[in-house]
Amino acid sequence: MRATAAVTARRRWPSPLPWILPAAILAAWWAVGVFGIFAAHQVPPPSVVFDAAIGLWRRGLLQQDLVSTTVRVAEGFALGSVVAIVLGTLTGLSRRADTMLEPTLQALRTVPTLAWAPLLLLWLGIDEPPKITLVAIGAFFPVYVNLVAGITGVDRKLVEVARVFDLGRWEIARRVVLPASLPELLTGLRLGATQAWLFVVVAEFFGSSQGLGFRLTDSQQSTRVDLMFVALVALAILGKATDGALRAIERRVLRWRDTIGEARR
Amino acid sequence: MSRPLVVRELRKRYGDLPVLGGVGFDVAPSEIVAVVGPSGCGKSTLLRLVAGLDTRYHGEIQVGDEKVCGPHPSIGLVFQEPRLFPWLTVADNVAFGLREREDDAARAHVRDALEAVGLSGFGGALPKELSGGMAQRVALARSLVTEPQVLLLDEPFSSLDAFTRMRLQDHLQAAWTRYRPTLLMVTHDLDEAVYLADRVLVFGERPGRLVDVIPIAPPRPRDRRDPALAALRVALLEAVHLDRGERAVA
Repeated sequence: MRATAAVTARRRWPSPLPWILPAAILAAWWAVGVFGIFAAHQVPPPSVVFDAAIGLWRRGLLQQDLVSTTVRVAEGFALGSVVAIVLGTLTGLSRRADTMLEPTLQALRTVPTLAWAPLLLLWLGIDEPPKITLVAIGAFFPVYVNLVAGITGVDRKLVEVARVFDLGRWEIARRVVLPASLPELLTGLRLGATQAWLFVVVAEFFGSSQGLGFRLTDSQQSTRVDLMFVALVALAILGKATDGALRAIERRVLRWRDTIGEARR
Repeated sequence: MSRPLVVRELRKRYGDLPVLGGVGFDVAPSEIVAVVGPSGCGKSTLLRLVAGLDTRYHGEIQVGDEKVCGPHPSIGLVFQEPRLFPWLTVADNVAFGLREREDDAARAHVRDALEAVGLSGFGGALPKELSGGMAQRVALARSLVTEPQVLLLDEPFSSLDAFTRMRLQDHLQAAWTRYRPTLLMVTHDLDEAVYLADRVLVFGERPGRLVDVIPIAPPRPRDRRDPALAALRVALLEAVHLDRGERAVA
């Protein structure tokens, strides 16, 4: 009885543990300025950065940056992961597709993905398409690699059960192999989303007039370190929010899993 | 309606290793036949062949007058492990083999099958919430719900403790009484063979072959304490040991 009470109590009051480190970082950031370890033009104190964020917001620029970066990430991530799911399912399930596609995809994967940026600019112009494509490439590989690993790692014994019931190849794929590889797919999606945020910043370094990546380079040129910090903090918050959302989905979808991670929840 | 199972001159080899060296037997409709024998005598291979999971063999396997040449909905197989789909609820696991899974008839079938194995009310549970014995009962229900004419069981209770095993043997018997499939079960538990089967086939080692057939006459349901069963168990033990060249100490 007491154990149950303890569990509910813990649920009602979220643990402060995850906040200790961010609070320490914030304190250290503030201390760095106060004790003069870095000059204010190198590391502006939190209050200055906060004021800069407010200022940027009042001019309507912060909203603009947030929206355009988020939209690029959403579009690129969606595009990249859909293509990855289609190709990953193909190569995972069909040996012929695997022999045909896998060597090429592996070769492409060894190209540092950011090296695509100049080429994409050349091919797709300087508008949205090259940026979204770059984000999509970034999201593609983690999703693809994890999904294929998941599919090829499905327990043969479960497939055998479906065979005993005389299910066809397609039915086995749909009802056994794909659901069984869902954990790996979700891991891939989470990694892909992280990559997407990484790549959007690089994409915005080149020829854009808004977005958090643009804000970073632009502020660097105008030596507005405070604005660079605003962009960095915004990226951290957005990336964390995305991962949190995907984790929540993962928790829901993988409720059936019997793992340490599942037991901790 | 259950159908007879006919096996004739069944031979199977894995590479150079002969696993089954010409096995033949019949199982009458709704009969329960147990197969016992030392490990490596091809018992599990036999079931895989009958289930149609492996079609590279010589000889003949027939269900009714149909030759087995691949998996068939009229043949069910319960594995040694439950092999439940962890992402499906108990009810969805049981419904897995049904063609229509969503309609009322399907739901009624699933309910009946769960009731037959004593798991009414567990339909909404997830496999991770079940004990080993319960999971194996769900696996049994999953095989029964499609009403196979022949049900194969591959050491289905071997990983369970003695008490759970006895309970599951009773569940199996109750379920058999309800669905009356022709039943061929591989086991290494002589008590189980004597308690459940109409006949026990004794297999010899490498390559697997039939060395003895022991009929178990007492009518079902049987009493585990029945001295007649104990005597049959001794006979069975001797048959198994004789084949290995070790005289049983009687």
